[in-house]
Amino acid sequence: MMLARAIDVTRRYGDVIALDRLNLDVPAGSLIGLLGPNGAGKSTLVNLFTGLRKPTSGRVELCGGDPRDPASRVSLGVTPQETGLPGALRVGEVVDFARAHFPAPMGQTELLERFGLRELVKRQTGGLSGGQKRRLAVALAFVGRPRIVFLDEPTTGLDVEARRSLWDGVRAFHTDGGTVVLTSHYLEEVEALAERVVVIGGGRVLADDTVGAVRGLVAIRRVSVTSAVPVPDLPGIVGREADGARTHLLTPDADRLVRDLVSHDVPFADLEVRPTSLEEAFLTLTLPEVAR
Amino acid sequence: MTSLTLTHARFQLLETVRIPIALIGSAFFPAASMLFFVVPFVGEDPVGSTFATASMVTFAVMTTNLFQYGVGVAEDRQQPWDPFTRSLPAGPLPRFLGRILAGVVLMTISLVPVVVIAGLFTAATLSLPAFLAALGTTVVIAIPFTLMGLAIGYSLPAKAAIVVAQVLFIPLAFGGGLMTPVGAAPGFVETVAPYLPTGSAVRLMWAAVGDFPLDATIVSTLVGWTIGLAALAVWAYRRDEGRRFS
Repeated sequence: MMLARAIDVTRRYGDVIALDRLNLDVPAGSLIGLLGPNGAGKSTLVNLFTGLRKPTSGRVELCGGDPRDPASRVSLGVTPQETGLPGALRVGEVVDFARAHFPAPMGQTELLERFGLRELVKRQTGGLSGGQKRRLAVALAFVGRPRIVFLDEPTTGLDVEARRSLWDGVRAFHTDGGTVVLTSHYLEEVEALAERVVVIGGGRVLADDTVGAVRGLVAIRRVSVTSAVPVPDLPGIVGREADGARTHLLTPDADRLVRDLVSHDVPFADLEVRPTSLEEAFLTLTLPEVAR
Repeated sequence: MTSLTLTHARFQLLETVRIPIALIGSAFFPAASMLFFVVPFVGEDPVGSTFATASMVTFAVMTTNLFQYGVGVAEDRQQPWDPFTRSLPAGPLPRFLGRILAGVVLMTISLVPVVVIAGLFTAATLSLPAFLAALGTTVVIAIPFTLMGLAIGYSLPAKAAIVVAQVLFIPLAFGGGLMTPVGAAPGFVETVAPYLPTGSAVRLMWAAVGDFPLDATIVSTLVGWTIGLAALAVWAYRRDEGRRFS
């Protein structure tokens, strides 16, 4: 059973195309990580699924209905990317406000207990630390006993310990049959949680596979050399960038590239090999025609 | 009225009460205007001070609603809390009604000092039927200003909304004849006032509290503004998708 679907969805903001005829199925019980660089369209996709925005064309379904219809959102939980809490209100009041919207919400104490926020119940949210605010924002996604939650970069700004305890909470929800769609910049986070990874770039799905397969796909290294002559087009180079006399080469197999540089007698100096950031890896996936 | 509406109203009121300066601000200006402009000048005159009090009430109704909804809604839309509330399984109605309910409460609070000052320090008098008529009129004239505030709040970012509300309220107050005694405004004000929302609203108030002739122009102007502003508010609400950046 599909809990959420995007069918040929396009969303434009003026001239900018945020999503470009994107298709995505979210079956019940799955834990999906949405990965992609900034501006890839992840948050726009989440906003469409949670009924905040309308697609320009195409169709979005949530729990069998239109997410813009409140009835479709009864089994939905959301943590938006940006933590916004009404600063003057107390933690307990904010939880009760969210609870009032659901037919069978989780008890205030139970929820706060689960996310380690019990002692903060009387505190005004404006006085919480960044990490505490983020934990409350994530807790609010679970207040209505949802079947599906969308967590948009849930652990941004959390320290390692808080991040891990939050992951435990997400895993527990998933083990009980809950469906999770998680966006993240961190491959580590997606690796820790997700079963399936969807890489989005330029408003399209670039890869939709298991964690292992996607990791292989983005395991690209950057080989930098200073060379007086242009580096020839050796096999395995998926991207290159010139920076004065310095050339940066992107390749999935750095060892082979270095051997080739030597065997082709390319005069190089200051060899440097380092892993690319997820961001760079995505860029090579996203813009092959420009990078190659 | 659903309990969700009350939840939203309570939420709004809590936010305001926790930062009470906002409440004091909206109650202060009309009360201060009463003390500085009405009490010393027309305080001895029963008719004049009754009309002046009606003008101040209209003024308070306009400013509280214009700022509360115009600036309040625009600021709320800018908060990252807003997308979260819009993802909750409720349509716009409970939020809308809750906000309006909270608005009526706050407006009433800002009107109390005006009425108290009028009762204690001026010769203004009102029979019970006239008081009730004034009360009903207050509710009626609050509608177009609420809608005006909502139209501003839903169509502009907060910084622009503050400016627009400020730019609007002085000419509306002066042009509607709220700042001048009945029939003694400058000539051009007397000409345009009946066609302004403030002018028609205050004339309705004057008719409720005293001997002021009500004509069809006034009523149809107020109804026209209410319909026009309602259409504008609904249009602005529909096209709102939270914050927008281009």
